[in-house]
Amino acid sequence: MPSYVITEKCDGCKAQDKTACQYICPNDLMVLNRDLMKAYNQEPEQCWECYNCVKICPQQAIEVRAYQDFAPMGANVIPLRGTDSIMWTVKFRNGSLKRFKFPIRLTAEGSVDVYAGKPEPDFSKLKGPGFFTNPARTE
Amino acid sequence: MEKETCTFSFCQKPEVVEVETDLLLIGGGMACCGAAVEACRWATPKGLKVTMVDKAATDRSGAVAMGLSAINTYVGENKVEDYVRYVRGDLMGIIREDLVFDLGRHVDDSVHLFEEWGLPIWKKGDDGFSLDGFQARDEGKALLKDGGTPVRSGKWQIMINGESYKVVVAEAAKSALEYNRKATGSAQNLYERVFTVRLYKDANKPDTVAAAAGFSVRENKIFIFKAKAMINAAGGAVNCFRPRSIAEGQGRAWYPVWNSGSGFYLGMSVGAEMTMMENRFVPARFKDGYGPVGAWFLFFKANATNALGEDYCIGENFEETKKLYSPYAEKMGTAIRNHMMMLDMKKGKGPILMNTHLAMKKISDTFVEKFGEKDAKKKIAHLEAEAWEDFLDMAIGQAGLWASKNVEPNKEPSEIMPTEPYLLGSHAGCAGFWVSGPGDIPGTPAEWTWGYNRMSTIKGLFMAGDVVGASGHKFSSGSHAEGRIAAKAAIAYILDNPDFKPTVKISADAMAAELYLPYEVYEKYKTLSTDPFVNPNYIRPKMLQARLQKIADEYFGGVATWYMTSKTMLEEGLKQLEMLKEDCNKMAAANLHELLRCWENYHRILSVEAHARHILFREESRYPGYYYRGDFLPIDDTNWKCFVNSKYDVDANTWEIKKVPYVQIIS
Repeated sequence: MPSYVITEKCDGCKAQDKTACQYICPNDLMVLNRDLMKAYNQEPEQCWECYNCVKICPQQAIEVRAYQDFAPMGANVIPLRGTDSIMWTVKFRNGSLKRFKFPIRLTAEGSVDVYAGKPEPDFSKLKGPGFFTNPARTE
Repeated sequence: MEKETCTFSFCQKPEVVEVETDLLLIGGGMACCGAAVEACRWATPKGLKVTMVDKAATDRSGAVAMGLSAINTYVGENKVEDYVRYVRGDLMGIIREDLVFDLGRHVDDSVHLFEEWGLPIWKKGDDGFSLDGFQARDEGKALLKDGGTPVRSGKWQIMINGESYKVVVAEAAKSALEYNRKATGSAQNLYERVFTVRLYKDANKPDTVAAAAGFSVRENKIFIFKAKAMINAAGGAVNCFRPRSIAEGQGRAWYPVWNSGSGFYLGMSVGAEMTMMENRFVPARFKDGYGPVGAWFLFFKANATNALGEDYCIGENFEETKKLYSPYAEKMGTAIRNHMMMLDMKKGKGPILMNTHLAMKKISDTFVEKFGEKDAKKKIAHLEAEAWEDFLDMAIGQAGLWASKNVEPNKEPSEIMPTEPYLLGSHAGCAGFWVSGPGDIPGTPAEWTWGYNRMSTIKGLFMAGDVVGASGHKFSSGSHAEGRIAAKAAIAYILDNPDFKPTVKISADAMAAELYLPYEVYEKYKTLSTDPFVNPNYIRPKMLQARLQKIADEYFGGVATWYMTSKTMLEEGLKQLEMLKEDCNKMAAANLHELLRCWENYHRILSVEAHARHILFREESRYPGYYYRGDFLPIDDTNWKCFVNSKYDVDANTWEIKKVPYVQIIS
């Protein structure tokens, strides 16, 4: 399902320090057309439909249109990703709707302090099994 | 044909940035994120610098970029030895048991960290049914590390709310890198959007890795990273074989479409020994959308049948399969089940169906029985949400495909089908590099350990995740843990070699010329024709990839031949591949994005060649259901219950391939 950008909604992330979709796409697909100041997917057939551009877009200007080589037209799946959960709206070809909400994380975004409360590394154990956190399990 | 060279007569010369570091992490997926967390803890007090280079944005890079609905390796209440037995069974008897055991005894610690960092993990409720991450928290359920009970989908799998799995894991990795950066006074130690394309050996020590070169996909800059040690975790290979969907649907690969074989190529570019590159994975997945089947089989307990409602793994199919593949047939591994599915497909008994509706009805009936009609309603709604979440967490397109076709999984079955082949070593495959084991597992042959865990046969070059061979079924959590194992060993290696100063023979200008060749070729010839896509002097990366896929598909056992190949087919394909390799010299890139695609093709091609040469060498069909040697159709344990290892010489373009004895360590 290649992502596509809705012309009216995309503002080229003018107010941001970077174009959000271009920043996040794992496959380097989203680009900003600097003349129009609108983003687009430059290689739709390499789109994994991971929805990362859809989820990150501050204008909700990106949606996904199902791959036309196997999907009948008319449906869509739209996420709204918050700080701790995500809402999904699934619209069927026949018009029926389903909505779901799922947790995404139990800590505040940006709060991970990886070594807080963790032991210092014990260099006498550098060459054996186990991590700095815990020994390997034995049975 | 005349050979093209880059003298920057036509394209712009990039700025060259040289970065010196102690440990270089190549990749940004689960394995490198694990490596960052472990490495920075050990490196920082010793003043060692750790640097990570990722071709995408680490928050959403690698195989877990979309998310996952389960963690597939959590040993928990099980025994590590049983984990080894399971992996061995599914991978048709040939694995490095020292590596797999080592992984099994380490993996849970990573899962515990994920939960600490905020990943919601389902817990078993007091009524025996599942609670999602919020419900478990609200009911005060304990964390896994404190004895909490996960929701097992299979013996080794636990269910999660994993939409942000990679975001959470990346946050920890970035926190670790930042800790190291500040303490060591580095200006920058995380390079995103820099694509590492090849490695170089040390100028004075030909058995040691010294540098990695890559380019920015955002600006005209190339990067040369000199490091005392490196961890290569740059992923497996996707879209090497012609996919079933060849138009825009080819993006909907089962494995992440951006995994282009870089992990294999990087090691091969310095001659690291490989193992089991003949292995591949052909997952049977929901047709076209490639949604996961694991939760349906294991958690919802759905059955897959042929279109007549018959189990394709029993009766005539099973008897026929046993004749060729006993005693592996009886173990019912993933390859064997694929094989029997295809027997029915070839008899016209398809489509093969996952009976989601029957499974959900059965569970709903249990709810009604246990809780009564009224109270069951809420549970049934939760069950339906669980079914959708499985897709929405990790294969959103499959949810879209259900919606496109008006499919409700509780009302009707969905078609499943074996996909095109994939090359990888962390999921249900084991293609990759031959690495040193931990050395402390009793019964391990001495030659399987050469000092540093997960170090390849090239000194200082460590491997993790998809590129460690003969050690599959690590999945996301195991890849993270393996990154940590490799990182710790790499720090030990660096501390043991304090005087090593990585130096490279080749000049920075020569590296830049090699990296930017496709740019030069394009700029040189682009005006010859009125259409820049049709030009006799070059080949654009899209076409080159299509040619690779066609060769792989038709000669090396892709979907076109029902995964069938043979000596004669492989030899013809290799002949054509050689010409394709020559034509790589004429690949043309109009911009940095295409330059990325050009180098991904280099990486894919060599991955595929290793795969084909290994299949050619192994004269049996070790992985029925994944590929067949028509000229050696059975499994031949007498002659081939062994590893196949190879080395590629990048300068001479030659291969050495040999058998290496398999040793069973766990009974």
